[in-house]
Amino acid sequence: METTQQTESKIIELKPFADEMVVNMGPQHPSTHGVLRLELKLDGEVVREAIPHIGYLHRCFEKHSENLSYPQIIPFTDRMDYIAAMNQNWGFCLAVEKLLEMDESKNFEVPERAEYLRVLICELNRIASHLLSFGTYGMDLGAFTPFLYAFRDRERLLLLFEKICGARLTYNYIRIGGVSEIIPMESGSIAEQNFLDEVEAFLDYFEPLIDEYNELLTKNSIFVQRTMGVAVMSAEMALSYGATGPNLRGSGIDWDLRRDEPYSIYDRFDFDVPVAVDVPELGAVVGDCWCRYKIRMDEMKESVRIVRQILAEGLPDGPVMADLKAVRPPKGEIYFRSEAPRGELGFYIVSDGTPKPVRLKGRSPCFSALSALQELSRGLMVADIIAIIGSIDIVMGEVDR
Amino acid sequence: MSDFRAMLAGFPYFNISENFFPNLRLQDGRNWAEEFIQNVVIPRLPEAVASHFPVEIGTVLVMFACAGVFVGVVPLLPLVLVLAERKVSARFQNRTGPMRVGPWGILQTLADGVKLIFKEDFIPPQGDKLLFLLAPYIIFACSFAVFAAIPFSEGILVSDFNIGIFYIMAISSVIVMGVIMAGWSSNSKWSLLGSLRSAAQIVSYEIPLGLSILTVVMLVESLSMQEIVASQSNGVFSWLIFRTPFAFIAFFIFFISSIAEVNRTPFDLPEAESEIVAGFHTEYSGMRFALFFIAEYANMFAVSAIAVTLFLGGWEGVLPGYDILGGFPGFVIKSMGLVFLMMWLRWTLPRLRVDQLMNLCWKYFIPIAFFNILGTGIWGLIFPEDTVISTSISCAIIYIGLIAAYKVAGRGLAQRPAPQPNF
Repeated sequence: METTQQTESKIIELKPFADEMVVNMGPQHPSTHGVLRLELKLDGEVVREAIPHIGYLHRCFEKHSENLSYPQIIPFTDRMDYIAAMNQNWGFCLAVEKLLEMDESKNFEVPERAEYLRVLICELNRIASHLLSFGTYGMDLGAFTPFLYAFRDRERLLLLFEKICGARLTYNYIRIGGVSEIIPMESGSIAEQNFLDEVEAFLDYFEPLIDEYNELLTKNSIFVQRTMGVAVMSAEMALSYGATGPNLRGSGIDWDLRRDEPYSIYDRFDFDVPVAVDVPELGAVVGDCWCRYKIRMDEMKESVRIVRQILAEGLPDGPVMADLKAVRPPKGEIYFRSEAPRGELGFYIVSDGTPKPVRLKGRSPCFSALSALQELSRGLMVADIIAIIGSIDIVMGEVDR
Repeated sequence: MSDFRAMLAGFPYFNISENFFPNLRLQDGRNWAEEFIQNVVIPRLPEAVASHFPVEIGTVLVMFACAGVFVGVVPLLPLVLVLAERKVSARFQNRTGPMRVGPWGILQTLADGVKLIFKEDFIPPQGDKLLFLLAPYIIFACSFAVFAAIPFSEGILVSDFNIGIFYIMAISSVIVMGVIMAGWSSNSKWSLLGSLRSAAQIVSYEIPLGLSILTVVMLVESLSMQEIVASQSNGVFSWLIFRTPFAFIAFFIFFISSIAEVNRTPFDLPEAESEIVAGFHTEYSGMRFALFFIAEYANMFAVSAIAVTLFLGGWEGVLPGYDILGGFPGFVIKSMGLVFLMMWLRWTLPRLRVDQLMNLCWKYFIPIAFFNILGTGIWGLIFPEDTVISTSISCAIIYIGLIAAYKVAGRGLAQRPAPQPNF
């Protein structure tokens, strides 16, 4: 008698799952941040597995590059991470410049003024990128208002970019050996003063708003409940998946290329690298969605600090473009990485001494971060998938290239 | 101020029922429509016609006429509310909202309605066609049927059932049928997910909703909406929300649960745009979609109006004997206040997750609602009659409770770090 009862109860225990439902989230979906397609295997609301399918925005960037001269590739990098196109330009230009420096017969150097302009504009671009990330994350979690606040502020930044390079999204501003002079801004001119004044006005306007956004969204108890402890990416996991940038720092690893492998003139500025810590009063643990999100909010403040230091120093005099007849790097290969808003952006270039690269490979931070999604999302709910995608902040243009 | 009531009486609109529709209310089983025929129509007819007047048919006609007025007027409400929502959200978000169609964009909703009528009426080929076509009508009809029992003022209501609030609960539960039908028949996985979320949510939140209504029913000892209002006729402190501390809690449970019932943020999981596209109405287009939309906004007003009727004095004013915030305009102002609160919440808060939504209902609201019923019973034993003393004690407890709640919940506010100075 007893044994039959036991077997019966066993049968009940063995069938806790209902049928599996396979749902395609994307490629057209409001919150997959572009054309990501997730194959969700659902058990009710619980996700048994989320398999990302990428490639819907693949445009053969790397193969194209093999048929273009180096300056011609820069507009293509704009289309990688179109949210932070300045940083993509810069990452590529830095790699080519390193390659050019290998040729000792030419004395190649990027002018000081160009370096300052690059840092200034790229940090502003980082703010714009993180603002978008903040806004869309709020929208992913159902709060629509932060999205419009973020766009309001981003609009001011885009107007600044428009002023300096004529474009709002795909800038093609940072060139090999300097920055674009398409809109002339001579040192000491009224145009320069106006631009710097406007940057300062933006910073004065924007800096208190970060705290306001923290009050509005970051510390909102529903928001905290939705993100704390969700999809914890441990430090080991972050390293093994190659997560970089805010995702890595969100997992508690103190690593920022701007500070640890300083390139350009970042060693001249004083800034902190925000790293996630446990926040017991909110219940957030290192590596969860809340921490990854919070890193971006803190990084905006640091970017403001860097830009303020540039404004205090003022832009140095001189040309904005190196004296470069033609971009013809020596034979060799280079891998150079820089800290884009979404993490380490690396470019691997093989040159055979011709004006076109033999091979070009982009190392995209979003691609690595996205690869962790499958492991992060196992056993969570549909709503959490959205929270994870938002918190790792992917841009499909960069994932697919 | 004393002749405020007289002033309103001079304004024919507000007293239309008193002047033209005597005894509109159903009392003691009398049929108001029949009485209207007997008392108003027949005496005014010529002698020869009056003796042969078919009272039964006339009764039905009068009822249809009244229903026609409601069916004609109430759908205008969402028209206003949709615009209000867009304008309110715009103000929250540093925008102006619709400005192009008509002055300040006030005709925008009308333009949208026209657009929706002309859109293709798409029916998913693999779906269940009959259910797909039926679902929006069920939801639409149910959310408008609720209005039949809402007393807008002393005379402006379709019917004062003796089981008014019970009827409202019953009718609004049928909405979930339409939602499931819509989700199932669309043959879309997102729709199905949305409709099942909605079913789980509405069924769960109906329990605290019903229990908090029960608190009111225990205090008033009637299910009739008009009697509930009539019991709150002695000014603001006779409103049920202040009558006992338990009713005060019940109001909040009722209001939050009704936000969940009408699927609005932070409980808008069934139509969570960023998660499951548009939930149960993903596959709907054109006028069928508009029906869902209208029903949603009508529902929003309906639950606010019910909350006002049950807890905030209905159409009774804030001072006994005066029509300040009373009558039809007062009722609408109070209801719109709650509607605005819902919009405010919607444009501020993120969305809960399914398990958190259920936790909130089953772990917090239902136990508290049961405790409320117990408390209301004990309160009724201690204070069988509402007196100045009982109301004062109740208000004092509410006041102390609010202070304590602020101290507990606002602790985080006080510890908030000071904003970083700009350097």
